[in-house]
Amino acid sequence: MGLRRYLANKTVWYLGALVVAVVLNFVLPRLIPGNPVDVLVSKMGQGGLSSEAQQRTYEAFMREFGLDKPIWDQFVLYITGVFHGNFGASFSFYPTPVSSLIAQSVPYTLALQLPAIVLGWIIGNLLGAIAAYKGGSWDKSVFTTALLFNSTPYYCLSIILLYVFGVVLGWFPVGGAYSLGSSPEWSWAFFSDAITYWYLPFASLVLINIGGQAVGMRSMAIYELGSDYVNYSRSLGIGDRKMTGYIFRNAMLPQITGLALSIGTMVGGALITELVFSYPGMGSLLFGAISSNDYPVIQAVTLIITVAVLVANYMVEILYGFIDPRIRASKSGEK
Amino acid sequence: MTNISSSAVVAEAGGPLVPEGLPTEPQKAKPAWRSLNFGPRMWISLGIIGFVAALAFIGPLFYPFGPEEKVGSLYDQPTWMNTPPTFEHILGTENFGYDVLAVLMASARNSIIIGLLAGTIAVVIGVAIGVIAGYVGGWVEELLMGFTNIVLAIPSIVILILISISLQSTGVPFLKGVVGLALVIGVTSWPWTARAVRAQASSVATREHIDVAKLSGARTPSIMVRDVLPYLASYAVMAWVLQLASAILAESTLSMLGLGPAGANSLGKQLFWALAFQAVATGAWWAFLPPTIVLTMISFGLLYLQSSLDEVFNPRLRRGKKKNLAKAAARREETARKLAENPPVEVNA
Repeated sequence: MGLRRYLANKTVWYLGALVVAVVLNFVLPRLIPGNPVDVLVSKMGQGGLSSEAQQRTYEAFMREFGLDKPIWDQFVLYITGVFHGNFGASFSFYPTPVSSLIAQSVPYTLALQLPAIVLGWIIGNLLGAIAAYKGGSWDKSVFTTALLFNSTPYYCLSIILLYVFGVVLGWFPVGGAYSLGSSPEWSWAFFSDAITYWYLPFASLVLINIGGQAVGMRSMAIYELGSDYVNYSRSLGIGDRKMTGYIFRNAMLPQITGLALSIGTMVGGALITELVFSYPGMGSLLFGAISSNDYPVIQAVTLIITVAVLVANYMVEILYGFIDPRIRASKSGEK
Repeated sequence: MTNISSSAVVAEAGGPLVPEGLPTEPQKAKPAWRSLNFGPRMWISLGIIGFVAALAFIGPLFYPFGPEEKVGSLYDQPTWMNTPPTFEHILGTENFGYDVLAVLMASARNSIIIGLLAGTIAVVIGVAIGVIAGYVGGWVEELLMGFTNIVLAIPSIVILILISISLQSTGVPFLKGVVGLALVIGVTSWPWTARAVRAQASSVATREHIDVAKLSGARTPSIMVRDVLPYLASYAVMAWVLQLASAILAESTLSMLGLGPAGANSLGKQLFWALAFQAVATGAWWAFLPPTIVLTMISFGLLYLQSSLDEVFNPRLRRGKKKNLAKAAARREETARKLAENPPVEVNA
């Protein structure tokens, strides 16, 4: 009974958050004074269209983007479009659909972020646990280094790595995702070329992740090491090996949450790193869209970031309901 | 801010160690903050923050060039690299030919102002919502925390981007500039503070002194301000430090995405222009390294300060300071010995 109520409660809250996010995503760009189509048409007008032709394109665009309808109909259109994976057409790359622009960018972002998050999580947790367990100078040096990486803004590290290893030492190419001559395809030649562009942005992200995870795991493990059950089991004479198992399992729970949550922030978590390396992922797409007032693209990117975070958070809460017995025991969930 | 925190700690820790009426003059003459035992972490972080603050607020008073003063062309190298070396423009010029150090000072100042404004707004909103929800409870709590949880679930960068885009296209210069950006960041970053404060406030609300206050006829707002808030003060200070850091970083993220304060310098905008004009690829390190390093210093300094404040406020976190423990024990022994040698009665007489 407790579990079912917990799940229902969480589902309602996350659906609420999703509705608010979608509405904000729809309403905020429409609060902008002036009509995005004006911008688009005036840009085309520079190409020397007659005013009559401009008027006709203007009307065609208004129909195309549904801007001639009342706002409620626009909202319904937007929602049905989103559910079909249709985000409309990009303003600046008209008539390319937004969904195909995103489909081009997402693989690059995922290729950077997924390995960086998973590898950073594994290495960071190991380092943090060892630091907490060993203590002494080991702990001090690991903790200070991890804290330094944890508190460095990720794009600052990106800039420094790019400058030192790309520009000064010249070990890696300076920007982009592949050499000028090649084009994205499933071939060994493209892959081996692209990976040289991948190392640096990946390294800058993985170092930050290692730092963050190590700091978190260390403090969790220290907390567990001092807890009553550890002291009690020690007094019972339980062996070190078994104790480490207990401690690790208890300290892992929040860390697993951390992993799930950072997978949720994968799309929106490294926007600026892509800018620094001119890596053609979601960050660069968003940047280009902002600088050219390409609202359909901006809206689609922000919506994807939001949905990814919400889904990850929701999954974590649901998983917790099953894993953590304390939640089932309590009458109502955490506020 | 440190003044409030230090006096709170002194009241707690200073009391029992030094019994009143002791003839130990040197200890009395010691200023109150000396008994805090800040530890090296606190000093390192305060040193870093002090350096950046001096750069931002005192530096421009002495530096001969202004941030809007064209002194050279695109990426002139620092003058000490010239032959013969001079020390006129220590960090060279940036893409518009302005002096990098002058721009850096103005940028750091604006970034800190944005951080202070946004961080304060966020903490004030967060503490207000948290205290009201935690103390009042009932449907008020459900409502406020429901709202908080919804805002918390939506990634703040998304709301920041969407609101900033809307603000940038309004014609109001006030909303497009430093203050507008600070408002947006402050208004979107309070939820986690509210959530944490609520948890603490509802535990404070069950303590006995609240019952005493209620019995003595104090009204709810007065209880919240006088009897609940002081117990959250140390937490609020730490939250404020964190909010300050995250607001400065949020500003630079937004600026690098092209949504920075219009017509004003900031650390993020300095990086934005450096990236736009290919400073990294052309090796013009003086254009992008200074803001990068200052940002890192701010972020590291504030997070380090927060963790050392945590240790000051929360003595359980102090770990492995055997030397200090031994010192404290020795001090106690010394006072006890003196107490035995000349009992306080004699001194008073």
